[in-house]
Amino acid sequence: MSLHIQDLHATLEDGTEILKGVSLDIPKGEVHAIMGPNGSGKSTLSKVIAGHEGYLVTSGSVTLDGQDIFPMSIDQRSRAGIFLAFQYPSEVPGVSNANFIRAALQARLPQGEELDAVAYYHRLYAKMDLLEIDRKFTARSVNEGFSGGEKKRNEILQLMMLEPLYSILDETDSGLDIDALKIVAKGVNAMRSPDRGFLLITHYQRLLDYITPDYIHVMAEGRIVRSGGPELAHELEKNGYEFLKDLTPA
Amino acid sequence: MTTSPSATAAFPAWFTTRQQAAWGRYLAIPTPKRGDESWRFSNIKQLDFTGFTRGSGAPSATGLLARSTGLEATSAKFVFINEILAHAESELPAGVICLPLAEALVSHSELVEAHFMQQETRLGSAKFAALHEASLTNGMFIHVPNDVEIPHPIEIHHWLAGDNTVIFPHTLVVTGTHAKVRVVEMFRSADELQPGLAIAFNDLAAGPGSKLDYVAIQAFNEVSRVIQINETAAARDASTTGFILNTGAAWARNESLSRLEGAGSRSDMLAVSIAAAAQEYDQRTFQHHVSPGAFSDLLYKNSLYDFSTTIFSGLISVDEGAHHTDAYQTCRNLLMSDTCEANSMPGLEINADQVKCSHGSTSSQISEEEIFYLRARGIDPAAARQLIARGFSIEVLARLGDAALEALVIGFIDAKFASIANGGS
Repeated sequence: MSLHIQDLHATLEDGTEILKGVSLDIPKGEVHAIMGPNGSGKSTLSKVIAGHEGYLVTSGSVTLDGQDIFPMSIDQRSRAGIFLAFQYPSEVPGVSNANFIRAALQARLPQGEELDAVAYYHRLYAKMDLLEIDRKFTARSVNEGFSGGEKKRNEILQLMMLEPLYSILDETDSGLDIDALKIVAKGVNAMRSPDRGFLLITHYQRLLDYITPDYIHVMAEGRIVRSGGPELAHELEKNGYEFLKDLTPA
Repeated sequence: MTTSPSATAAFPAWFTTRQQAAWGRYLAIPTPKRGDESWRFSNIKQLDFTGFTRGSGAPSATGLLARSTGLEATSAKFVFINEILAHAESELPAGVICLPLAEALVSHSELVEAHFMQQETRLGSAKFAALHEASLTNGMFIHVPNDVEIPHPIEIHHWLAGDNTVIFPHTLVVTGTHAKVRVVEMFRSADELQPGLAIAFNDLAAGPGSKLDYVAIQAFNEVSRVIQINETAAARDASTTGFILNTGAAWARNESLSRLEGAGSRSDMLAVSIAAAAQEYDQRTFQHHVSPGAFSDLLYKNSLYDFSTTIFSGLISVDEGAHHTDAYQTCRNLLMSDTCEANSMPGLEINADQVKCSHGSTSSQISEEEIFYLRARGIDPAAARQLIARGFSIEVLARLGDAALEALVIGFIDAKFASIANGGS
């Protein structure tokens, strides 16, 4: 049981190839991290898996516990258990955060079944408390006027409420100060379980000080160029991405 | 239309004289035509009111009274069916006059005369304002004396019943110094299929330091037409809010004029319109700054589906001497189809110094990134679009500053979205 990415190629609408054969297996119970320089295709990989329509998959496959996800729409993939924590979450004016998350949960229920409002708020408040999010955020419009850190905590709140099988966190650490980073890590760590897989996309090693990954992969030029254990993060921290020069075909 | 004033013996002479004069004006003023600036982009054909007549006899009230629900807490509630009073209840502080206009014309003739239709209708519908004045038989007169605050809103229901019926609802609200009142009007049709016409007028005169809020919910059936004219005058330090929701009617023309007569006065002009199918909402506004140091802020939001059309034409006019004016005007259109049409004509005329004015109009579709975000949370595209459009509309309501009133308006907005989701308008 895993989120399995096999030789994935994807281009922009103009034909520019961004993913040039990515293969990765994220079994349940494991946390994988992808690191790499800007422009290596990390964010593209997350968006392609989520189903963003700005990219065209030219070959390869992604399966969720054996099921091909490409025939699924964006929202079907989410309901099937894929979660993308956005690097830049959208603002949705006039839609309260509580109603937004509620709509997302409601979308997972069979037709005609109503979400239990009391139980919902009970759960929502418990997760908000863990993430140290003030109660007033339930009534505020989704991400509108939120600071960078508040937006990222809100992403993790959604993750905790939706309980996805596989979560992809796209540079969730960017824009976070150290306190916010610890809170976000607390949320993710609380969700770690043998039933869930995680893919952390990050530019820096510091997130991995708080969420210890099982495996680290280095991405460059649209491919995974190196994989290793948690120690790889420290090596990258020390030596940077210098080694990529030798690996990247001219 | 061939409705001439039928003098009601009981009405005071001044009123009968004004009705006759108004009828003369109605006949004399030419029907607006294509090319008139104040009717630019308008569907002039909608102004042919041939065939509309007054309702014959009083329609059965029982069903409509049961449907006349609104706010839980009101200080007064009135129901009119084809201008005929069908229900009245009130629990108001001493000194407040809150009466059907037909009654107030007799019991408080001089007070009504002092305030009745005092401003010139200048946004294009002078002819129809004259017709309204000549034809109206009833309405509401609300007078709140100095220092009196009315705790809950005064709620007024107007029902349009019968085939090709015309009504002329009139609401006149006057507040004394430091008085406070909120009036909520709901305009609906008894039947979904019978065409009707409403030429409505609401006249708000806010006395010094008073607070006067007015909310109109226009939810007529979708084969009816409506002209709604709002005229607001704010005295020194008065604060007025005018809000209109358009979800109904085949064609609606709103003209809203706020005259900031007193220094330090304030006018908030708000509107939410959700147009679908072939509905057409034509809105003209005027923020008239007469005195210095006044503030006006207009926010009109339109969501357009299907083949619908909206027109917004707004003018901020700052008179000579109205220094330190703050005046803002924003019209935002959310285009929910490729076949809808939103026209915006913002304008400014400034004849004073040290003035802060801005006007802006935007038309946009829901961004793909926003849709992607909601879909990435499992919300299907139709629900995502509806959630965003609903958010776009209800964002304005926070400015009403009243949760119960917000909920009432949201109820009408949600009914409209449900109808759109079911393929209606």
